[in-house]
Amino acid sequence: MAMAIDTPLPAGRTLKLALDKDEAIKRGLMIVIALYLLVALAAPLYVMLSKSFSTYSFDLAKFEFQVSDSAGNWGDPVTAAALNGELNAIPEEKLGTNSDGRLQATSFFPEFSFRSPVKYKIRGTTPDATYLVGLQLHSGTEWQEFDSNAFRRVMLRPSRAIGLENYATYFSTPTLFRSIENSVFIAVISTIVTVGLAFGFAYALNRSCMRFKDAFKLVAMVPILVPSLLPGIALIYLFGNQGLFKDVLMGASIYGPLGIVVGSVFFAFPHAMIIISTALAISDQRHYEAAASLRASRWRTFWTVTIPGARYGLISAAFVVFTLVITDFGLPKVIGGQYNVLAVDIYKQVIGQQNFEMGAVVSVILLIPAIAAFVVDRMVTKKQVALLSARSVPYQPKPNRGFDALCLAWCALIAVFIIGIMVTSQFAALVKLWPYDLSLSLKHFAFDRMDGGGWGSYYNSIRLAALTAIIGTAIIFVGAYMVEKTEGFRSGRSAFQFLAMLPMAVPGMVLGLAYIFFFNDPANPLHAIYGTMTILVVCTITHFYTVGHLTALTALKQIDQEFEPVAASLKQPLYKLFARVTVPVCLPAILDISIYLFVNAMTTVSAVVFLYSKDTALASVAVLNMDDAGDVAPAAAMAMMIFYTNIAARLIHLLLSKVLIARTQAWRAR
Amino acid sequence: MRHETLAGQPRLPTEVSAMNAASLNVKPAYLNISNVWKAFGEFHALKDISLDIREGEFVCFLGPSGCGKTTLLRAIAGLDLQTRGSIHQGGRDVSTLPPSKRDYGIVFQSYALFPNLTIAKNIAFGLENTKRPRAEIASRVTELLKLVGLPDQGNKYPAQLSGGQQQRIALARAIAISPGLLLLDEPLSALDAKVRTHLRHEIKELQRKLGVTTIMVTHDQEEALSMADRIVVMNHGVIEQIGTPTEIYRHPATLFVADFIGEANKFAANADKGGVSFGAKAFRSAPHQFGPGTPVIAAIRPEDVIPHGPGARSPGAPDIVQQPENLLDVTIGEMEFLGSFWRTRLRGKELGDETLIADFSINAARRLSLAEGGALTVELPEDRLLVFPGRA
Repeated sequence: MAMAIDTPLPAGRTLKLALDKDEAIKRGLMIVIALYLLVALAAPLYVMLSKSFSTYSFDLAKFEFQVSDSAGNWGDPVTAAALNGELNAIPEEKLGTNSDGRLQATSFFPEFSFRSPVKYKIRGTTPDATYLVGLQLHSGTEWQEFDSNAFRRVMLRPSRAIGLENYATYFSTPTLFRSIENSVFIAVISTIVTVGLAFGFAYALNRSCMRFKDAFKLVAMVPILVPSLLPGIALIYLFGNQGLFKDVLMGASIYGPLGIVVGSVFFAFPHAMIIISTALAISDQRHYEAAASLRASRWRTFWTVTIPGARYGLISAAFVVFTLVITDFGLPKVIGGQYNVLAVDIYKQVIGQQNFEMGAVVSVILLIPAIAAFVVDRMVTKKQVALLSARSVPYQPKPNRGFDALCLAWCALIAVFIIGIMVTSQFAALVKLWPYDLSLSLKHFAFDRMDGGGWGSYYNSIRLAALTAIIGTAIIFVGAYMVEKTEGFRSGRSAFQFLAMLPMAVPGMVLGLAYIFFFNDPANPLHAIYGTMTILVVCTITHFYTVGHLTALTALKQIDQEFEPVAASLKQPLYKLFARVTVPVCLPAILDISIYLFVNAMTTVSAVVFLYSKDTALASVAVLNMDDAGDVAPAAAMAMMIFYTNIAARLIHLLLSKVLIARTQAWRAR
Repeated sequence: MRHETLAGQPRLPTEVSAMNAASLNVKPAYLNISNVWKAFGEFHALKDISLDIREGEFVCFLGPSGCGKTTLLRAIAGLDLQTRGSIHQGGRDVSTLPPSKRDYGIVFQSYALFPNLTIAKNIAFGLENTKRPRAEIASRVTELLKLVGLPDQGNKYPAQLSGGQQQRIALARAIAISPGLLLLDEPLSALDAKVRTHLRHEIKELQRKLGVTTIMVTHDQEEALSMADRIVVMNHGVIEQIGTPTEIYRHPATLFVADFIGEANKFAANADKGGVSFGAKAFRSAPHQFGPGTPVIAAIRPEDVIPHGPGARSPGAPDIVQQPENLLDVTIGEMEFLGSFWRTRLRGKELGDETLIADFSINAARRLSLAEGGALTVELPEDRLLVFPGRA
């Protein structure tokens, strides 16, 4: 507007609102939750990123020695580099190491004998040169003197440098970088199959008049309630080396890409189905009436009306499935065999080879597709929201015998697949000795007799899930409230919003590894929580933060923006409005967040697999470890325990929702 | 009656009733807004707004959307702080106080009733935490429910009431704490026409009864004219005119006000001494200060055009013709029946290419047998022909 510019603002300070108690509380809370996200997410990720660029090598020029003869006369000081130049004791390529690398000082003295009267001196040529004497860390340029016996225990420590060397190593190691190809291949195939199956399923639910729709919906949700390891175990029972239907594969092996894809389809199916079903549900009856009035064939209508209408849902589902599959760790760990994928590589590098830097590199590489998928999904989701708000007449399917039968057959096929996996797993848990003694027993439920943490791990899981659900819901909801309902402080709020969306893009393995780097550093004041239940709760809340945050935001957006001003004008504190109006009105969403957190805390493996300790072993990790140890039946039994627990939690949630909603949502009924 | 209609100059409130004028002038300013600016980046939503509102007064902020009226209300409420300038309420500087430290009740267009609380609990919301005994709160709620004409509805939920009823509850909740200032942000816009007219009257009554200083934001001129003691007409972040409804209507200070409130014919004209000329004719007009030949805009409201029977120009014409120089012979173009009056489009040689829109009462139309295509003599009364700066 031209008029706005020609009258300049008078000089002076821009006014600022005096803080009142409410505002101070709001900002305080927002800072606390933002700090939480910084400590639990941003800082660990940063540390991990910097770790992936860190290389460690022994810088021999940094150490200087002096050696005496047997009479005690000291010779000239000489650097380790010079000694190595003469002796070639340590070849150049052996100087590279990791953060834990040690190099015995005696390596430079071939004539060394711990009994000789010869004495040794060592010092750094720069203040940052460090070496160990036994367990004691020394540094600095002061000479230190040792007799031969003590000198034996002197170890040089590497120095850290920043560079791309780790990445160079990664890409020059075919066994490592081939995983990228494998991971992308698995994820793409699984995505195509899952989205195709889910589209047919959702289409049948929304567009046909087939029977048993509710039952199919229920069955389709089952995979959400179990860890991703479970389909792996079930598939091994069915098609593995001793599998019942091994011959069906005609020599092909279930261990490898085939098993991973089939299992991935199983656990990713419900996610794709929900998204596509939502997209199909919002389609407009009038478009179909228009197509019919134009005498378009069913086929033509499908391609010109149905598919374009659901395209955002399809794209969104594809990216969600892609991310789920490429970041999943449990399933390829169980059934992947020799077929390496990124998520398992992280585990192998860290747990198997203790090569944390390389683990960080793989993590960063795994982050790239996950973040790309996340960004595309966010862009698409925004467009779909715009589509949703349009006024439309919902589509009403008309009975059509042939089509309905086809739909029924399609859904039945998928239901059989899902139920088949579940039944197999159940059977595996109960059968005495597969496949030789098929009589039933409960002996595989005697977890205390196996490795993996026993029943204690199961109770730990329940504790973790309950704590995550309660604390996580509180943090997530309050955080979303601060983002949605505070005025001003704009940059702070958008930074907060970004942090809240970030967990969606961070694979569990990456988060878990980042936690090791961040919390397992003795210099970190939060080091104390490492190995406790606290870190598991923090990690799990953070891992599943985004979906809860979005649920809370959606609910809060539906609340009148003017409630806060009204309450302030009535001189009522914010907490009163929050407790008496906001929370009761949002209760359905709050309950949804809590059950989501509970179920996921029960089933998650990826993030916590790096973080559990002896006292905090978890059921899902026990499944993994028992399977690893060859106790496959007990692993199946534990996976089923997780399933039962989640079913029970769902039922309790349903009951609780009914009771609470009847009490607090009376106003909804007119 | 003679009117001061010098364009751009302050006028005396000649048509304010004696009692009203006295009561308005005696009371001191309760709310003082001085030199308030609001900047959103480069855009200035409020530009140097200064305004005094007296105790017990009902003031409407009126203007098109984006004129800054809601921004000004939100600054008064402390919801959107002004960038510069100060606001004093009851002698206290509230310029930078947060909403909770100010003294007002507010009603929004959306009602903002708490959906999960009953009507009674909604009204009682502001009364809690005030160390009032429970019984006192309950009796106050009952009293308020009666006051807004909804007794016995206390146990219902907001969703069970109609829009108009919900708005009354919102009002009751706002006045429950006996605020010194009542802010109404387009309170009637979400309601249908019948309910709106009814509620308009009720809110005004209630305000009079309580004597609470009230500011209402509206874009509906009819609402402002019928409810306000004074209207603040705003446009592009500045105040165009402050005055009583009749002042604003009869003596618009600017062309914008003339155009925004009511309707006006606008003609590109040239100033003359004591008048203007447009079309092919010179007219006597309300006094103005423009030098002869200055391009100006002449404006007259459709209902101010006076129809005369044939023979208005004859020497023996009745003395109802006030100013023979302002008589105009026209042909009636389209006639539009608008219920209580006829809207006509008049054309004539003396108007050049211009069309004059005039509203005639049913009676006048019948008396003068007005019909499309007929001839008519009209008068543009001298004091109603207003002159504003600018070119068309």
